[in-house]
Amino acid sequence: MDAGNNAWVLTSAALILFMTPGLAFFYAGMVRSKNVLGMLMQNIFAMGLISVLWAFIGFSLAFGGDGNFVGNLDYAFMNDVATTIDFPGFELAVPGMTFFAFQMMFAIITPALITGATADRLKFSGYALFIALWSLIVYSPVAHWVWDTGGWIFDSGALDFAGGAAIHINAGVAALAVVMVVGPRRGHGSEPMPPHNLPLTVLGTGILWFGWFGFNAGSALLADGIASQALVNTHLAAASAMLGWLVVEKIKTGHATTLGACSGAVAGLVAITPCAGFVGGLSPIWIGLIAGVVCYLALGLKTALKLDDSLDVIAVHLVGGLIGTILLGFFADDTVNALGDGLFYGGGGELLKDQVLAALGVMVFSGVVTYILATIVQKTIGLRVDEDGELTGLDQSQHAESAYQP
Amino acid sequence: MKLVTAIIKPFKLDEVKDALKSAGVAGMTVGEVRGFGRQGGHTETYRGAEYKIDFVPKVQLEIVVDDGQVDLVVDTIVRAAATGKIGDGKIWITDVDRIVRIRTSEEGTDAV
Repeated sequence: MDAGNNAWVLTSAALILFMTPGLAFFYAGMVRSKNVLGMLMQNIFAMGLISVLWAFIGFSLAFGGDGNFVGNLDYAFMNDVATTIDFPGFELAVPGMTFFAFQMMFAIITPALITGATADRLKFSGYALFIALWSLIVYSPVAHWVWDTGGWIFDSGALDFAGGAAIHINAGVAALAVVMVVGPRRGHGSEPMPPHNLPLTVLGTGILWFGWFGFNAGSALLADGIASQALVNTHLAAASAMLGWLVVEKIKTGHATTLGACSGAVAGLVAITPCAGFVGGLSPIWIGLIAGVVCYLALGLKTALKLDDSLDVIAVHLVGGLIGTILLGFFADDTVNALGDGLFYGGGGELLKDQVLAALGVMVFSGVVTYILATIVQKTIGLRVDEDGELTGLDQSQHAESAYQP
Repeated sequence: MKLVTAIIKPFKLDEVKDALKSAGVAGMTVGEVRGFGRQGGHTETYRGAEYKIDFVPKVQLEIVVDDGQVDLVVDTIVRAAATGKIGDGKIWITDVDRIVRIRTSEEGTDAV
């Protein structure tokens, strides 16, 4: 075992964990002041609940056995986790325990991404039950598809370096499905609900950008040149996506906004996620630029779909994830990473076809199963907060606290 | 005795306070308030969506003065707070029936 590899992947695990409080602040700045703690709590709580579930069975369902669709219970309750080094079906360059920890941080942030779409209106107990079910029934299987050599997406030849499909398309479609079940915020469309504290959102953006280096460059699962390439790609895509978003925003609304800079950067980070270890040269700049422009234009989707996707999870994560997953079919360069060769680099359309099928597979599975799970929770213990609780705000009604004392 | 209430632009507060102190005013109470008048609100844009913000932040001053000082105080505020642009605010004067200094129980002019 190489100490350098282990040191980098362990560091990456810590960087990724930090993204969840970063996401919490990114979202919390955009909600109304009566729902700040509700939003922070939904994110922070995922660090508690999902970690324990991951140790119990989540990890095993994702990386046990070599089935096409889901793992098994071989590693449930930490069984053999300390002594196994080939979880994904090939021998890792780091200890199995490092891989367990690294993957756990992905499992934590993925359901947390959904909370932006359902801001201001989830009952806490319903949310807790929903993400527990979602993590085990949707996230673990999809992670298995994408990152276990037995999984059908891995097997098809489709590529997803750090979770464009497994995390962002998956959470983005799930967000759409949950919003369909719980409906819009009371007053949506009739009363203004502007962000209450954008400085928190800027802080969260900084933490997300910083943590994303672990997310993407750590996904090399060793400290090699591909990790370096992934880190540079991650940064350049975030930078160019910020510029792309701001240019379109300036043209369309007359101002380049702070929230636009943050949103554009995150859209670029999302889009480069599947591509991070497979592209090189100026490709990350083109991928980021396309993501910044297209994700801005995709903001109108929620209006067209008549859905209150409150903090634009569809436009940023679903559309951003789709852009990255599909553009990889064009930009993958086998001189960067021998695993993939896209349309622009002489690989023909094979990879592109695999990428589209992988994206469709995740969208259909996650969309349908999430809709069913959210409906079950809504019809049993209730997923949406009652009217009084929503009007009072989640901080007081769900947690008996206030973010700001008068 | 009269209560002078003035609504002014927030960035004018220090100028108004200094001018009033120079004019001999011994104390005042200040609060941050929101409201609208002819200035109306303004528009903010978040992720391409426009929000009309009707209530504009203002500062409200309350000063209790002897009847003879009212004109001086009002003139002083007007001079210090005016920018000539819409939204400079308003001043109104109301009668005060009784005033008590809590520490000493003094009343009337002695308590101002």
